[in-house]
Amino acid sequence: MANLKDLSKQKALFTGGHRACAGCGAVIIARQVLMAAGPNTVVANATGCLEVVSTIFPYTAWNVPFVHSAFECAAASISGVEALYKSWVRQGKYNKKVNFIAFGGDGGTYDIGLQSLSGAMERGHNILYVCYNNEAYMNTGVQRSGATPKGADTTTAPVGKVKKGKEQFRKDLTEIMVAHKIPYAAQSVVGNWRDLTSKVEKALAMDGPKFINVFQPCRLGWSYDPEMTCEIGRLSVETCVWPLYEVVNGQYKVTKPKEKKPLVEWIKLQGRFRHLLKPENKQLLDELQTATDKNWEDLLRKESLTSPAAEPKPSQTLR
Amino acid sequence: MANSNIVARTGNEAMAEAMRQINPDVVAAYPITPATEVVQIFAGYVADGLVDTEFVPVESEHSAMSACIGSSSAGGRTMTGTSSQGLALMAEMLYIAAGLRLPIIMADVNRALSSPINIHCDHSDTMMVRDSGWIQIFSENCQEAYDNMLQAVRIAEKARLPVMVTTDGFIISHGMERLEILSDADAKSFVGAYKPENYLLNFEKLITVGALDLQDYYFEHRRQLAEAMKTSKQVILDVAKEFGTKFGRTYGLFEQYKMDGAEIAIVAMGSTAGTAKVVIDGLRSKGLKAGLIKPRVFRPFPKEELADSLKGLKAVAVMDRSDAMNAQEGPLAVEVKAALFDASASSGANKTVLDYIYGLGGREIKPEDIEHVYNDLSEAAKGKAKQKVTYLGVRE
Amino acid sequence: MATQKKVKKPGWKELPEGDLIIGGGTAFEFKTGDWRSRRPVFLKDKCIHCLTCWAYCPDSAIITADGKVVGYDYEHCKGCGICYHECPVKGKAIMMVSEKEAKAKEKK
Repeated sequence: MANLKDLSKQKALFTGGHRACAGCGAVIIARQVLMAAGPNTVVANATGCLEVVSTIFPYTAWNVPFVHSAFECAAASISGVEALYKSWVRQGKYNKKVNFIAFGGDGGTYDIGLQSLSGAMERGHNILYVCYNNEAYMNTGVQRSGATPKGADTTTAPVGKVKKGKEQFRKDLTEIMVAHKIPYAAQSVVGNWRDLTSKVEKALAMDGPKFINVFQPCRLGWSYDPEMTCEIGRLSVETCVWPLYEVVNGQYKVTKPKEKKPLVEWIKLQGRFRHLLKPENKQLLDELQTATDKNWEDLLRKESLTSPAAEPKPSQTLR
Repeated sequence: MANSNIVARTGNEAMAEAMRQINPDVVAAYPITPATEVVQIFAGYVADGLVDTEFVPVESEHSAMSACIGSSSAGGRTMTGTSSQGLALMAEMLYIAAGLRLPIIMADVNRALSSPINIHCDHSDTMMVRDSGWIQIFSENCQEAYDNMLQAVRIAEKARLPVMVTTDGFIISHGMERLEILSDADAKSFVGAYKPENYLLNFEKLITVGALDLQDYYFEHRRQLAEAMKTSKQVILDVAKEFGTKFGRTYGLFEQYKMDGAEIAIVAMGSTAGTAKVVIDGLRSKGLKAGLIKPRVFRPFPKEELADSLKGLKAVAVMDRSDAMNAQEGPLAVEVKAALFDASASSGANKTVLDYIYGLGGREIKPEDIEHVYNDLSEAAKGKAKQKVTYLGVRE
Repeated sequence: MATQKKVKKPGWKELPEGDLIIGGGTAFEFKTGDWRSRRPVFLKDKCIHCLTCWAYCPDSAIITADGKVVGYDYEHCKGCGICYHECPVKGKAIMMVSEKEAKAKEKK
């Protein structure tokens, strides 16, 4: 795996001059993914923050071939590019090795783009889909998405006199991807460049569809001091609200924090959870902690169930 | 004259045959009646190794067009096929394909749009996306469907606009007809090789496709698209001329049938034009000076040319196989009238134009229906007032 | 410093056909430095060149040469402070100062 010293000597594949907010986590993901992928990469991007800030005509921050068409179809677009590549290679017209990467936010991935993502994964294209997951529709002004956690304050599930923000738990997209039986699915985070770049390298070395769900603090939607982006990212791992893990050909591998911190450590840094610190909302805070604990234990159980040691012995009675 | 092979084929088979000869790099498609067979037959060619195509069996029409956009912007010759609801689901992406100036080619088998759900022919699907920036070529029969598909490749790549070639659902798509198929070598040499100027897989010349245009650029890009549609008329004519010279079947922006000395005429697209020709032959033998204009391309709309051809007539009936739900008249009538309005200053003609909305949801159009239209026109030509818009064949 | 170059915008006939940007990384020509309300100041002597700041800078504004930090690209730095926050050096090799003060000092 490359070190930062070597990486810093490469050509910048995602440049400055984009219009992301100061302290934006999405562009950190784009930069680090491309650092790991290298220049022989075609990128497709769903409509969303990353696309909007990086390609305002006539300026593009991308130093690799890039295509954007619409919101719900980054996976389908990259499928088309990869299909053409396969066709050209088969026809003997092309022989370069190329990575195919799609980026989508949680809105473009968990919600409106879920169908096209599922289709692309099922068809087995040789692509990597990276979700920059900031847990809401940030580009349109912090609306709730299927990735928004319970209790978060968003503009379409706001905290009011009666309601306490989003009332539902977020869906578990990484597990939906695992259920597609793809060779590689993983969760990573902004604030651990080594984890993200090594997962991208590992994914791109494998054949077939790959998926990485990268947790991305958003200073605008989560409401915190912009210098805290990476810190909050790491804290989401340490509180186990966003565990780092990968599922390689069905086998789980979890990166465990040294010490599991209480959820409130993560919550108290974010404006979107401000109301949860009030005494009258303690029950909701406790409920979130319980759910986080259960998810974490479930994950560890999956890891032990799928470890090579847990492989069942071939049955003698079944032939 | 080039070698050709005379066979019996349905419209869908003819279009699939054309696709086999075109041998696109990528086809991405989703099944929908009555277009399913086109890509289904083509998938068989892929399975048998008869083409180099990578077939992407997507999970929706939206993804079909999205994958086509990916493939086409990456530099590949790219095709798809659909109908009705499928085209409607693609609508968002159709505008994007055109705006990105991608020469994607589509077989669009015309079918009514829901609701109510109906699988049979009318033109409302194509009409729904008439302003998307796609060239739209209508076919009267199986032979035209085949010929139009081959020409569409050349037109799309020269005009740098996507092209949809349409057939009337079931009437053409499932009707068996005589078809002259070009030899594979002739077809291949006619469509030629595709050499895109800018494409994603060219790492020597990086591009960003689909950037965000704000107030300062969007208008210029749309202006370019409008110009491309205008200049595509000549491209269509040039390609048709070459096709005619090589293979003996001539095409234009529209066809004129028995228009010499005609006093009244119908304007109709698709298979109805074939029925109308039979009716005209009968009427002409009775001494009625009836003719037919069959627009081949609805987009670009051949405004000046069409108005010119209608110049000497006393009355015109437009047959619209879709309704624009505009409290006015069908989409073809709107266009014809607009063309005539601008031409009227020079020709001095302020003629009667009647619109007949017909055949929705596959309602059969019979020769006697068309004869009825000509009778109306004869009376209108003599100065008798007639209903401006008629729903032909609907039960009162 | 970070003001945009005024260029005459091309007419529709002059633009490449389709919504296409030819060439990579053209955003670099767009300056975002004037968004800043505070700026990082490089304390060269304290820097251990671990490049953590470089790895996390959202605006690719940490300038490196031969694997070492050499300074900051103030034409693009938006002043988020991630470099400062992530700097692992005890006492930090980066100092955040208000843009106003920094500019006033520059003038002197």
